[in-house]
Amino acid sequence: MRIDKDLVAASATPLVLGILSEGDLYGYAILKRVSELSGGGMQWTDGMLYPLLHRLERLGYVSSSWGTSEAGRRRKHYAITPAGRDVLADRQEQWTVVADALRQVWQAAQRPPVAAAEGWA
Amino acid sequence: MALHAELEAQIDKWRGYVQRRQAISPADVDELEDHLRGQIADRRATGLDDEEAFLVAIKRLGNLDAVSREFAREHSDRLWKQLVLVPEGSGDAGTPPWRELAVVLTLAVGAGVAAKAGLAWLDDGAVLARNLCLLVFPFLAAYFAWKRRLTARVAATLLVPFAALAVVLNVYPFASGGSTEVLATLHAPVVLWLLAGAAYAGGRWRSDSRRMDFVRFTGELAIYYTLLALGGAVLIGLTFAALQIAGTDLRPILEDWILPFAIPGALIIAAWLVEAKQDVVENIAPVLTRVFTPLTIAMLLALLAVFTAVGGLVDTDRDLLILMDAILVLVLCLLLYSISARDPLAPPGLSDALQLVLVVAALAVDAVMLTAMLTRIAEFGFSPNKIAALGLNLLLLVHLVRAAWLTVGFLRGRRPFTALERWQTRYLPVYGAWAAIVVMVFPPVFGFA
Repeated sequence: MRIDKDLVAASATPLVLGILSEGDLYGYAILKRVSELSGGGMQWTDGMLYPLLHRLERLGYVSSSWGTSEAGRRRKHYAITPAGRDVLADRQEQWTVVADALRQVWQAAQRPPVAAAEGWA
Repeated sequence: MALHAELEAQIDKWRGYVQRRQAISPADVDELEDHLRGQIADRRATGLDDEEAFLVAIKRLGNLDAVSREFAREHSDRLWKQLVLVPEGSGDAGTPPWRELAVVLTLAVGAGVAAKAGLAWLDDGAVLARNLCLLVFPFLAAYFAWKRRLTARVAATLLVPFAALAVVLNVYPFASGGSTEVLATLHAPVVLWLLAGAAYAGGRWRSDSRRMDFVRFTGELAIYYTLLALGGAVLIGLTFAALQIAGTDLRPILEDWILPFAIPGALIIAAWLVEAKQDVVENIAPVLTRVFTPLTIAMLLALLAVFTAVGGLVDTDRDLLILMDAILVLVLCLLLYSISARDPLAPPGLSDALQLVLVVAALAVDAVMLTAMLTRIAEFGFSPNKIAALGLNLLLLVHLVRAAWLTVGFLRGRRPFTALERWQTRYLPVYGAWAAIVVMVFPPVFGFA
């Protein structure tokens, strides 16, 4: 299943912040985690992750530091900041409201559309 | 790692490609490369071979244009930062930008003071001419020494030839107005410039790529210096005219103070600008070389045509020979600069063919010149001027022949472009050595005449 790109874009920030709240990670590991969490359903254009991370860094939600990989290459690690945790909590509330509303709509959609039929009549 | 040489080459090529994007900084390229390598490693673990893994990883990374646009949106400052005087300190910048500006301004003023002192105390015009570049050079070298944090040993190795040159230029009993003196005055800057190159390379003067960087630096310095000079001339001219109408003559101040400070000072400022704003000129350099290569070819062909039409090479005027030497040196500079501005990985194209034409035309002119010179020498005997010119032409001949040979090899796909590059950078010190010989050995051999 391919997820609509607007939906991917909207969920990207909370997803990345949420993953980083589990622990510090570098770019490729973040993407792998996204893929794992969504069962491979959410496929990002890999390159797009970095402008996003840089934006979150500019906004002060994450901090970065250069380290080295197992192969001895330069690797940039990202960590969530307290401001990032606040934003994450805020987004979590928003998404809960959205998800809740959607769930009610899905449930309503599964019931026979009596009211709607009457309305048209 | 040797097993994956092909893969490493592909990653290198990709890096070069990404690096050309203004919006993606070198640090970001490192980050993307780390990502690419992670993806490749995982793909290989699932059984893909190197090439397949690389292709999948590249595909997953996304369309480079779109990614680059996204970077530009987030880092719009990057597209402009080259135009700002003080770049915002990137994470791993060693020194605060303001300190660099202060150092540069101090050195520029220092160079001005040195030049002014020389003008004030050295009355003899010839002595002044011999010493002027010696006075300014230390400030440029000091900037590189500071910028590259030269070790004491490297600084000492630079100081020794500099001191030797200074001693020779001032201790030799040159005959007044003699040609060895003029030759020494003309060749000393070449030696100094290569010493500046050694300082520029931060002591790693054996490295081909550092030498190539210095060639690039020289070309860009010339561009920046010209721009500064043009701007300065316009400013001074306007002030001059305005003050003249107001009844004040600016000339004494201009000659005594403004020019002695502005001319050497602008050299240091230009050097700093090249260092700080490389990206801006990098975009101009290939354009400039492409515009001037065909024009220079036309000039050389016109000269050749005139020479053949006129005939009588023996009567060739001495001034003409000197002028032609200057033209050939200019052609060589253009050649070096266009080679330095070229992407070594790009396949041979039209501009490389044009470059070959340029080299061949220069060779033909050089051959004509050599014939004229040898005839002159056979007829009138040796003189320091003739030997110096002959030596330079022979050096140019060797340089151009080999360059033409390597360019043909490259165009036919037999050699990599780097072979041509390496020939240029390896040959550069030869010019320095020859200039040093002209400065140090010629005067005693020819009796300081």
